[in-house]
Amino acid sequence: MTAKHKRTLARIVLAGAFLIAATFVPAEGLWRLAAYAVPYFVIGWDVLWRSVENIAHGEIFDENFLMSVATIGAMATGEYAEGVAVMLFYQVGELCQSIAVGKSRRSIAALMDIRPEYANVLRDGELTETDPEEVAVGETIVIKPGERIPLDCVVLEGAGSVNTAAMTGESAPRDVEPGDRLISGTVNINSVLKARVESVYAQSTVARVLDMVENSAERKARTENFITKFARYYTPAVVFAAVALALIPPLAFARPWGVWVHRALAFLVVSCPCALVISVPLTFFAGLGGASKQGILVKGSNYLEALSHVDAVVFDKTGTLTEGAFRVTEIRPVGMEAEELLRLTAAAESFSTHPIARAIVDRAGDRETGDARVEELAGRGVRAVVDGHTVLAGNRRLMAENGIDLQEAETPGTAVYVSVDGAYAGELLIRDTVKEDAKPCVDGIHAQGVRVAMLTGDRRAAAEAVARELGIDETRSELMPEDKVSGLEAIMATARGAVAFVGDGINDAPVLMRADVGLAMGALGSDAAIEAADMVLMDDKPSRVPQAVRIARRTMKIVWQNILFALAVKLGMLVLIAVGYANMWLAVFADVGVALLAILNALRAMKTRGAA
Amino acid sequence: MKKIFRLKDLDCANCAAKMERHIKKIDGVNDASVNFLTQKMTVDADEGRFEEIMDEVVRLCRKVEPDCVIVR
Repeated sequence: MTAKHKRTLARIVLAGAFLIAATFVPAEGLWRLAAYAVPYFVIGWDVLWRSVENIAHGEIFDENFLMSVATIGAMATGEYAEGVAVMLFYQVGELCQSIAVGKSRRSIAALMDIRPEYANVLRDGELTETDPEEVAVGETIVIKPGERIPLDCVVLEGAGSVNTAAMTGESAPRDVEPGDRLISGTVNINSVLKARVESVYAQSTVARVLDMVENSAERKARTENFITKFARYYTPAVVFAAVALALIPPLAFARPWGVWVHRALAFLVVSCPCALVISVPLTFFAGLGGASKQGILVKGSNYLEALSHVDAVVFDKTGTLTEGAFRVTEIRPVGMEAEELLRLTAAAESFSTHPIARAIVDRAGDRETGDARVEELAGRGVRAVVDGHTVLAGNRRLMAENGIDLQEAETPGTAVYVSVDGAYAGELLIRDTVKEDAKPCVDGIHAQGVRVAMLTGDRRAAAEAVARELGIDETRSELMPEDKVSGLEAIMATARGAVAFVGDGINDAPVLMRADVGLAMGALGSDAAIEAADMVLMDDKPSRVPQAVRIARRTMKIVWQNILFALAVKLGMLVLIAVGYANMWLAVFADVGVALLAILNALRAMKTRGAA
Repeated sequence: MKKIFRLKDLDCANCAAKMERHIKKIDGVNDASVNFLTQKMTVDADEGRFEEIMDEVVRLCRKVEPDCVIVR
């Protein structure tokens, strides 16, 4: 509670006591008014003063002014207690609202707070605590256990674990040792690390992420803009309705003035659109905060809104659904042990830098491969002499040119054929492997009634094998980079809602930008991706995508709940007041209540753990 | 020139919207936004007259929400 809250609370208590006392004062006429005027001014002086000020500035539709008119009006019609009590409850409501909003705002902001406070810089052999902004590239910093890593850096000394949850939402700690890159914003868990600074603060990962999160509130969702606009017309509309209510029945139908003026005054009490104006942006803010807790950064609530009515999610294949690295998936030896075939092939390929050759060498790992004299045959493969055996490893053309018969492989991916001493020895199948959680990701998106498509530059057979394995609905393969945009557009043309594109952000920036919502994946440390995308998934797990959709849908659901609930209560109150079933007391209760409930409801958007 | 200011004790969302509307109308202001949730104000205005414009911004904000302080 701030000092201002405490002052208001004191005034509420004091005014409450005076109000109770006033009801026991046996005075009549003006003296009775005076008895009620004391609590009224104690609780309402600031509202009165502000309304005078605002009227001087020409702000007629100001809630202070309207509350003043309503309560003074009530007192003028002889309802002293009502006038004071409505003002009192209004202040209680404002106080609760202010405290609730302040608390929520801070707790959401805390979710996004990854700003490092200081850096321990080693200068002239001494450790000084410095503002991260004042540390230069190349300086040495020391990160103690439990401290946030202030700047992007490379470990010089020490080894331990780093908690990347704040940046990626990934809770498993990452092990680091000298030579590893440390990403700013993550937390050092258990050891003292000495590191060399790689970038200045303004260029660091944490600064970029913060910049994005802080600017996210600038790009407002349509719903949010609608509410702002609505609020501007709502108050004047209610005020005019109140004037009409006060004048028309008495003038046109000769009804009693007192009743209708009194009803009109109650109208003014519900004229503030507060519940809507505060709860809708707060819900979006909570949604953005909750998403960022999961390592899903959203550049604006408009993207959250768009993602909530997504009809198709389009994935790039390589590096997004697949690891983007080749692996030996199968060894099919002919006339020798698989182990032996791998050993000979790895020896033959050991000097090649081709990604396929690297995959074979990686698969062989630390095995003793033996000596090899190697000759590279461009476009065909390699010829090598390993332990006195002549080994040919390469494509079908290499085998054909050397007169070696082979069995055709009918599997997708790439095959490396091997012959030893002129005899066919078998083949190694090499594929880009599908990420572990790619299948749950596709299933998760399907579960929400959303189509999944894939764009790839890869060969048709390879693409379709992945699509079959994952259950992808639509595949467009063998696309040149420039065809990817038109491939996406073709999908967008048939979509009933928004279309999201998920890529690694490195070479598909144009596609990311063209999509209704572009999601870049594995963006930790990739500036280009953060630049081009509308949403950034900090780690490279495809399963973050259905999670993002769930968060977006949940947030929008809460937004609409709040809008409909607040409007229903307000309109309901207006109708009840107009027909005489509700008075000012009920009006102020309803108004305060709906605002508080909407704020509490908004906070639910922050809880994203269940959506994981 | 674009500058971001922190706001202290900005208490009501409606006031934030009002402040934003008023600031945008000031002569020399290209764009402005008042963010209630992050308690920040962004003002994009003519560089040469920035200080003068900011004085006007402060005056207007005090009118809308007297408790709110702009940290300059």
